[in-house]
Amino acid sequence: MMDNLVKDGSLRQVALRAGLYAVLIIFALYYLMPLFVMIVTSLKSLDDIRTGSLIGLPRELVFDAWGKAWSGACTGVKCEGLQPYFWNSVLIAVPAVMISTVLGAMNGYVISQWRFKGSDFIFALLLFGCFIPFQVILLPMAIVLGKMKIAGSIGGLIFVHVVYGLGFTTLFFRNYYITIPVELVKAAKVDGAGFFRIFWSIFMPLSAPIVVVTVIWQFTQIWNDFLFGVSFSQAGTQPITVALNNIVNSTTGVKEYNVDMAAAIIAALPTLFVYVVAGKYFIRGLTAGSVKG
Amino acid sequence: MSNLILSIENLYKSYGATEVLKDINVSIQRGEFLVLVGPSGCGKSTLLNCIAGLEEVNAGAINIGGRDMVGVAPKDRDIAMVFQSYALYPTMTVGKNITFGMKVRGVDAATQAKKLADVAKLLQIEPLLNRKPGQLSGGQRQRVAMGRALVREPQLFLFDEPLSNLDAKLRVEMRTEIKRLHSNLKASIVYVTHDQIEAMTLATRIVVMKDGIVQQIGTPSEIYNHPANMFVADFMGSPSMNLIPATVEALPTGLAIKIKQENGTLELMDDTKIKGLKMGAKRELLIGLRPENITNPTANSRLVAPCRIEVVEPAGSDTFITTSLGEKPITARLRADTVVSPGAEIDLAFNLASASYFDAGNGERLN
Repeated sequence: MMDNLVKDGSLRQVALRAGLYAVLIIFALYYLMPLFVMIVTSLKSLDDIRTGSLIGLPRELVFDAWGKAWSGACTGVKCEGLQPYFWNSVLIAVPAVMISTVLGAMNGYVISQWRFKGSDFIFALLLFGCFIPFQVILLPMAIVLGKMKIAGSIGGLIFVHVVYGLGFTTLFFRNYYITIPVELVKAAKVDGAGFFRIFWSIFMPLSAPIVVVTVIWQFTQIWNDFLFGVSFSQAGTQPITVALNNIVNSTTGVKEYNVDMAAAIIAALPTLFVYVVAGKYFIRGLTAGSVKG
Repeated sequence: MSNLILSIENLYKSYGATEVLKDINVSIQRGEFLVLVGPSGCGKSTLLNCIAGLEEVNAGAINIGGRDMVGVAPKDRDIAMVFQSYALYPTMTVGKNITFGMKVRGVDAATQAKKLADVAKLLQIEPLLNRKPGQLSGGQRQRVAMGRALVREPQLFLFDEPLSNLDAKLRVEMRTEIKRLHSNLKASIVYVTHDQIEAMTLATRIVVMKDGIVQQIGTPSEIYNHPANMFVADFMGSPSMNLIPATVEALPTGLAIKIKQENGTLELMDDTKIKGLKMGAKRELLIGLRPENITNPTANSRLVAPCRIEVVEPAGSDTFITTSLGEKPITARLRADTVVSPGAEIDLAFNLASASYFDAGNGERLN
């Protein structure tokens, strides 16, 4: 009697498990479908695309579309592919991520460990900056960039992204550093270390998880940004997202879906790469502050 | 070179409208172990932070080694500090933790290595030098934190509740160790704790604080035997001092003391003098008697009275009983072999020679 019950119970458990996995697999497939279509389409010839089905495998693997997307596709009148814009994006994203991360770390360090009159108010203001819609700042920012004489330049875009990212990076670092006991700073002060010494020797080495979180967040935001890129750039300084849009919208007769798909994947690769490399630290870093005793 | 290591004069400190330290006057001589003790929120840690220069003071002077400390940064005060949470640098090894201060001050590598080796040997932490603080037990972290302070060889050590994160057994061990270090190194120490036993066992002098005001400064025995007021009497000692409401009349032969008992009045005579009590005058006050001064009668006991036992607490080395005097529970300390049971009556001897008399109104000591 008892045995039967246990057996029935375990049978039901197995069935439940199987059902659960089935649902999860279906969802996973559903989410992977667009990526699958993109990759498959980018490897087909134009004829293949026209005659075959959307999700069918290519009859013959053709890599021409990738080459063309990288260095031959036309954006408007120029036909040099994504390549120059890819490097524009790198030139924008790398310094902007670095600067906003370092400044955010400094801000967080000051707001959490070197509290002064009004530090909470300044933190509230910075936090408020996270919630300002992009569209609202477009015109004032354009004026500021013009006054600073960096309108339409890579430098201008770096500046915009640093300013817009500060709210988030400060929030991340402040919430991380607030869990560190104030006695640590006191001990270091008695030991003779100053403001920057304490920051570099004691706080920075502690910050690996939150640096990873911030870098991933900022890199994704800046690399994927389209609105700032299209508003504050000019020919030659456009980031890859803008170039991708231009490639897809400049057609000469036939719509080259394979090239469009390859270009889209190329544009998404760096963020994908960052997630794969540092993804596990991302989750760890996000929860680090809360779990730490 | 003067022997006065630290002197604090008329020190005031407030956060906004809240005054946390009021008119503090404390000084210590070379080699003294001064313990600041009081309940939480009494301002003792704030005072320590003021000495260290980690908090600014609103008024008053702090002198360390004869130098005025106004506007002097913590690093230039010739002090070292041990914190409650140890505050070890988590990413540095034990060795790096200890030498960090010297590195910042630009001490050369050979001297650093030598001092590190000396301190590690003294504290027996040599095998730990390459570990990170996270890999150490509480007691080991405590040692490292002390090593970081010792290596500085300062004029003055500051300890901020260094033992309160340890378990009871380790706390007693480390207490002994700190005491040994103090006597070996002849160090001058200011030590903050809320634990009155720690204060009694470690200090050469104790400062009892409450609500930002110094209640009494004295040697452990002064504090214990002659508490300046009822707060000190109650705070220091465990179990704490009995405070018995009584009526006292000054007679030519001494004090006639009347204490209300369950049925009737307990009458005792004492030959102490009390401030401001004229011959023949009566006064309501409180008699402070430590439990060890209410005990088993011997052949020499002068004042013996029967009392009803309410609670019996055998503590191994002694047996504590609770009775009722002046409508308050009173603890007496009896020999461990005393046969007692709740509800029974027992003769108790009162040693009034060690009694303290307190004003019932403001709690100040009268004798």
